[in-house]
Amino acid sequence: MTTTTLRPPARPARKQPRESHKADRLWKATPLTWLGLVLGVLLSLFPFYWMIVIASRTNDAANSWPPPFLPGGKLGENIQRVLENGDANIVKGLMNSFLVSGTITVATVFFGSLAGFAFAKLRFRGKNAMLLVILASMMVPIQLGVLPLYILMAELDWLNTMPSVTVPFLIGGFGIFMMRQYAEQAVPNELIEAARVDGCSTWRVYWHVVVPALRPAAAVLGLLTFMEQWNQFFWPFVVLADPANPTVQISLRSLNTAYFADNSQIFAGTLIATLPLFVVFVLFGRQIIGGIMEGAVKS
Amino acid sequence: MSLDLHTAAPPGEGGDPHRRARDARRRRASLSRLDLKFSPYLYVLPFFVIFAVFSAYPIGYTVWIALTDRSPMNATISFVGLDNFVELLTEDPQFWNAVGNTFGMFVLSTVPQLMLALLLANALNRKLRAQTFFRMAIAMPIITSTAVVALIFSMIYAKEFGLANWLLDLVGIDPIDWRANRLASWFAISTMVDWRWIGYNALIYLAAMQSISKDMYEAASLDGASRRRQFWSITIPQLRPTIIFTLIVSTIGGLQLFTEPLMFTSGAGGISGGSEGQFQTITMYLLDVMNTRFRWGYAGAVALVLFLLIALMSLVNYLFARRISSDK
Repeated sequence: MTTTTLRPPARPARKQPRESHKADRLWKATPLTWLGLVLGVLLSLFPFYWMIVIASRTNDAANSWPPPFLPGGKLGENIQRVLENGDANIVKGLMNSFLVSGTITVATVFFGSLAGFAFAKLRFRGKNAMLLVILASMMVPIQLGVLPLYILMAELDWLNTMPSVTVPFLIGGFGIFMMRQYAEQAVPNELIEAARVDGCSTWRVYWHVVVPALRPAAAVLGLLTFMEQWNQFFWPFVVLADPANPTVQISLRSLNTAYFADNSQIFAGTLIATLPLFVVFVLFGRQIIGGIMEGAVKS
Repeated sequence: MSLDLHTAAPPGEGGDPHRRARDARRRRASLSRLDLKFSPYLYVLPFFVIFAVFSAYPIGYTVWIALTDRSPMNATISFVGLDNFVELLTEDPQFWNAVGNTFGMFVLSTVPQLMLALLLANALNRKLRAQTFFRMAIAMPIITSTAVVALIFSMIYAKEFGLANWLLDLVGIDPIDWRANRLASWFAISTMVDWRWIGYNALIYLAAMQSISKDMYEAASLDGASRRRQFWSITIPQLRPTIIFTLIVSTIGGLQLFTEPLMFTSGAGGISGGSEGQFQTITMYLLDVMNTRFRWGYAGAVALVLFLLIALMSLVNYLFARRISSDK
């Protein structure tokens, strides 16, 4: 069994019974298994490869028959063209996306760990009812309130500004649930008691006992939140109608609505928009996969 | 915080040092009682503030607005009762078209998505070299945004010079106009959804499969059960809660389908979902009503019906998944 990041160190490792030869054969991969896996991997990776192929061709070559299958030499040129595209404002979009996703990530980890700690380890009236509200909030699609939310943003004068896509998402139910679940297992009650006896206030307990114990889960929550926010489309599409101040996904939308579809430029744009998360995935892929496998990701 | 309270202590009682020390102790004790009592509420407060302002209030407002004819074009707002809902449900073919499209694409994407994810997970659950590589590779699509997926696949499904039509040509099939034909467009959009989500679901299934006791399989194989038989009689029933979970997540996501069909049309006018709305989804229709026709009251009704459909379908899927896996 692979060690997954989210399993708290406190829990003893599950013992694997020694397997007999018979059992070994039972779990052996057949040629069919390999075939399926290789096919799955190829299909998963091909669109990434193709993104590079088209992004590195001239638009004429991109739209030729048969379609090109090998990268060309125009990658730098296409990237430059898309960066300078006055309708897409992708540089602004990238900066905005970093700002918005970064802010939400920090806020989610902080508020999520604080509330998760409260729900896991503190006693207070109305705790269960509050947890139910949080759970219910996770089931409600944003579409349900989209119109009043839009009106609210207009009244706040936040349309076409970054607060409109940041503030409503500073803390969601998912972060709280994930941190609560982890805190329950990873923060020993004795440690909290001991800190209390020493005269620690609740805040100091949080800061000196809970935060160090929650660090692995907080890292995973941060990664997942950043990825989710970076890829946000529906709500930014509603409130960021002005292409002059987009997030990077809205820049892509501007490329998509252009009168003349310049595919090599569009693909250079998708490449730029995906690159930051690609870097994140290469560096922290194991943690992200661990997070997903702990059932930690919602849509 | 504690500093404020200390300085706010009543003056004039100075003098006796013992008394002062006792007072300080008492004050600390009451501070600590306050801390114990109110800190938890303070810690969960941020969520509830955000939730109240940006979720609960808009949702309540949606219910109210759906009962009115509010529009930025109307000077006055009048209460119209259930008129919006009556119109939506009985005399709006475009809404029903969007419902049909959304459900069509939902079924067309979710069924193969979850089945292929199960097969992939089953393969990953074998003894393999390079486990990490395989897991990373199949999980990779989740780093792409729906916008990126839509753009890449839009080109794959281009009418001329598209990769999909090139493949069809190789096996001697005439090119397909993927946007003009309803079923073809549903298929194309479903593949976008599936490409992004199969690996993710496979990892969730894999995690669940790894927690099934290996003894069960050994016992079954001693009894002569084939691998296929073991898959259907052990793996699937044991995975029931996980399957229910993925089905519900896919339902919530699938019925909100938006970006892929929107960006499947390049140029302006994506919101109408094709020349005859052949792939306009409910969410696209909602924004169409809200931003193009400015019928805000009516849009509120659309949003509410969409939510009810999602809740209803989640329930149906839950019951369905419970049925199929308990039959075994």
